[in-house]
Amino acid sequence: MTTTDISATDPYWTGHHAQAAAGHGAGGPASKRIIVGYGFWIFLLSDIVMFSAFFAAYAVLRDATAGGPRGAELFNLRNVAIETACLLASSFTCGLASLSVQARRSGWFYAAMTLTFGLGATFILLEAREFADLVARGAGPTRSAFLSAFFTLVGCHGLHVTCGLLWLLTMMAQIFAKGFRADILRRFLCFSLFWHALDIIWVALFTVVYLMGVHA
Amino acid sequence: MNLLGKLSWDAIPFDQPIPMTASAVVALIIIGVLAWIVIAGHLPYLWREWITSVDHKRIGVMYTLLACVMLVRGFADALMMRSQQALAFHSAGYLPPEHYNQVFSAHGTIMIFFGAMPFVIGLMNFVVPLQLGVRDIAFPTLNSVSFWLTATGALLVNISLVIGEFARTGWLPYPPLSELQYTPGVGVDYYLWAVQIAGVGTLLTGINFVTTILKIRAPGMTYLRMPMFCWTALAANLLIVAAFPVLTATLAMLTLDRYLGFHFFTNEAGGNMAMFVNLIWAWGHPEVYILVLPAFGIFSEVFSTFSGKPLFGYRSMVIATMFICLVSFMVWLHHFFTMGAGANVNAVFGIATSIIAVGTGVKIYNWMFTMYGGRVRFATPMLWSLGFMVTFTIGGMTGVLLAVPPADFMLHNSLFLVAHFHNVIIGGVLFGLFAGFTYWFPKAFGFRLHEGWGRATFWFTLTGFYLVFMPLYIVGLMGMTRRLQHYDVPEWYPWMLVAGFGMILMIAGVACQITQLVVSIRERESLRDTTGDPWDGRSLEWATASPPPPFNFAVLPHVEDTEVYWSIKQRAIQQQRLRDEPAYAPLEMPRSSPTGVVCAFFATMMGFALIWHIWWLLALGAVGAYATFVVFAWRDVPDYVIPADEVARIDRENRSARAGWLAYAGRRP
Repeated sequence: MTTTDISATDPYWTGHHAQAAAGHGAGGPASKRIIVGYGFWIFLLSDIVMFSAFFAAYAVLRDATAGGPRGAELFNLRNVAIETACLLASSFTCGLASLSVQARRSGWFYAAMTLTFGLGATFILLEAREFADLVARGAGPTRSAFLSAFFTLVGCHGLHVTCGLLWLLTMMAQIFAKGFRADILRRFLCFSLFWHALDIIWVALFTVVYLMGVHA
Repeated sequence: MNLLGKLSWDAIPFDQPIPMTASAVVALIIIGVLAWIVIAGHLPYLWREWITSVDHKRIGVMYTLLACVMLVRGFADALMMRSQQALAFHSAGYLPPEHYNQVFSAHGTIMIFFGAMPFVIGLMNFVVPLQLGVRDIAFPTLNSVSFWLTATGALLVNISLVIGEFARTGWLPYPPLSELQYTPGVGVDYYLWAVQIAGVGTLLTGINFVTTILKIRAPGMTYLRMPMFCWTALAANLLIVAAFPVLTATLAMLTLDRYLGFHFFTNEAGGNMAMFVNLIWAWGHPEVYILVLPAFGIFSEVFSTFSGKPLFGYRSMVIATMFICLVSFMVWLHHFFTMGAGANVNAVFGIATSIIAVGTGVKIYNWMFTMYGGRVRFATPMLWSLGFMVTFTIGGMTGVLLAVPPADFMLHNSLFLVAHFHNVIIGGVLFGLFAGFTYWFPKAFGFRLHEGWGRATFWFTLTGFYLVFMPLYIVGLMGMTRRLQHYDVPEWYPWMLVAGFGMILMIAGVACQITQLVVSIRERESLRDTTGDPWDGRSLEWATASPPPPFNFAVLPHVEDTEVYWSIKQRAIQQQRLRDEPAYAPLEMPRSSPTGVVCAFFATMMGFALIWHIWWLLALGAVGAYATFVVFAWRDVPDYVIPADEVARIDRENRSARAGWLAYAGRRP
């Protein structure tokens, strides 16, 4: 190991307080793992705030169809159900990857990450097919304010998943090249948090856009 | 397909002498400075020690420098507006309307995003880790990325001066005016990408500082032992994390409208432009407090230090800060009472707005009681603080007036409003930043700023401010609306002349400030701060040397009360000795990294490509940005080690300076 975890060696990160309650109250600076995880949670919260703005825009513009099609005429719940299943299953396989990292089992890790990638990519393909289909039916984002908001909200989530897939491949390459090093493990922690957060957003999206959309 | 997208020679305004001359002068200055740097051989030093630095102190200084340059740029815009209005009575003035509209849009955009914000973030960067008694912030390289992304935004705004044009839509591009149909040029696109890129930088700063303040503090420093500036920085950064994503989303929606024909805010196909106004102010109002809360923190430090007393009502100050932090999210509608939300909604937001003034009132009284019974020293930072207290109170009261919806119906969109927000932003934010600049300058550079020139700056700026903005209140009450390129009401004219005269005093203020910097650098030996504690300070930043070593503290201080350094100092004076020399250990510090500046290079490329629709350049930039990310992720040695004897040598210098001071302090009555 070329780089050790700084928290293990530097008194800055340890000291007698750190053992008691680092990062809390009077405990002195927290360990690097806590700092990285905490910072990434703050980022995820900010990301969720951004999504909430898109959700708000969607809620405002939901009925602004400008004489065009409504959600109920466009949404195919069967397709969306398969998408949801893929994404939730990919969260499970991502969890398996976390467990393999903890157990330092690289074979299991690569297998679980490959599965995660496959499920995520299937999700993206299904979404792309849905979008292409809508555009072909004349229900593209330029048709009405409702469709603008729909494509932006769902597309923003899709863009996140796509970036997540790129990150996933980079993460696999990192573990392959660097092994289970402390800083790589912290990055993997962030990746898994990111991947699970996308699920949380999807659950809200699935409910607000699709389920409430077909019943309107 | 055109290889350069929409870009052609027509984009350069050869026929307009003002922007061409201005940009030629700026270009000459930039080329001159760059040539001097290269010829004098400073480039390797700058690259190694500054451009690629991930040290929070260096990044803080660079943020502040960027802010100062952009403040001058924004001030030049202000000068053009005030002189135009002083001349444009029954005449066209000297600025044609389309140029005048760009000037006021650029003025607001630059002053908020690239003047005030980098200044606030620069001071937070420099001060917060020192006050928390730690060695760095949570994510040092990310911090460098934040800075360089902000610089990218500033660069794009300035490029718009020469290549193309800037927005003519005001500092917040309200649709439908800002939609493609009504503003087909690249001006709004420059605005969108400059602010979007800089906004991402700010968001990353917010994440970085929330994590730092909540997770990295010296042992013993509980929340209620943090200096007031750290509390206000925490509040401001919480607001950044909660508000800036809304700005990102809103600007993205407008961008989609303009680039891909979406209908979020358009006039047709169900677009809803009132939604833009709501969303942008859901960010915009917290933004006001992102700027002013850290200024309140600076004043708290200054009042306490220069009165020789602990801050009065520390806990009530903390509560008031967090109260303002929370309520600032519940008042955004007061920016558009006239939009037609109805009397009941307006009443709720009017009351919420007035209630915010209670939190601020608590603070004003606390500062007054801090001075009461203290031995007050009227150094320059204290002058700015006193000037703030009077000026901000006036601005606050006109704000409460505007918070009353029926009054707002009469005053909205008038120069009364313009006078109000300049009253609070100049009198609150800018005075605070200047106070902080003077207060912490010796900590950053090891010498104080010249007092005489500082006082001259203060008095010129203060009187200039009143002469410029009090007339604007009056003409606002007379019915003069904002953003008028020319007018023909004789009653307004004398007041416009008074405001124009006030600008001359403001120019004198700027000149004094620049002179102060030059004189202080030339006389730095006589202004040298050898003790590291030039103002008899009370918080931990004064415990290190000036300038502080890269690691800030050789050993992390142990915090036992709110005014850590004051207690350490008093104990040392009582016992007539410093604390025993600690055992020094080698320290690991984060290594410099060009990641930030390389990211900014590709961000500039992508921003420019998007503005001019040069799609191959966009792809190139995206690939470059990802490659930068991978190269950074692949590095094996993130830290370097400072050996224990080096730490000991640096700390012993600081200790011997303190010992000399202690002998002197012991003789004082």
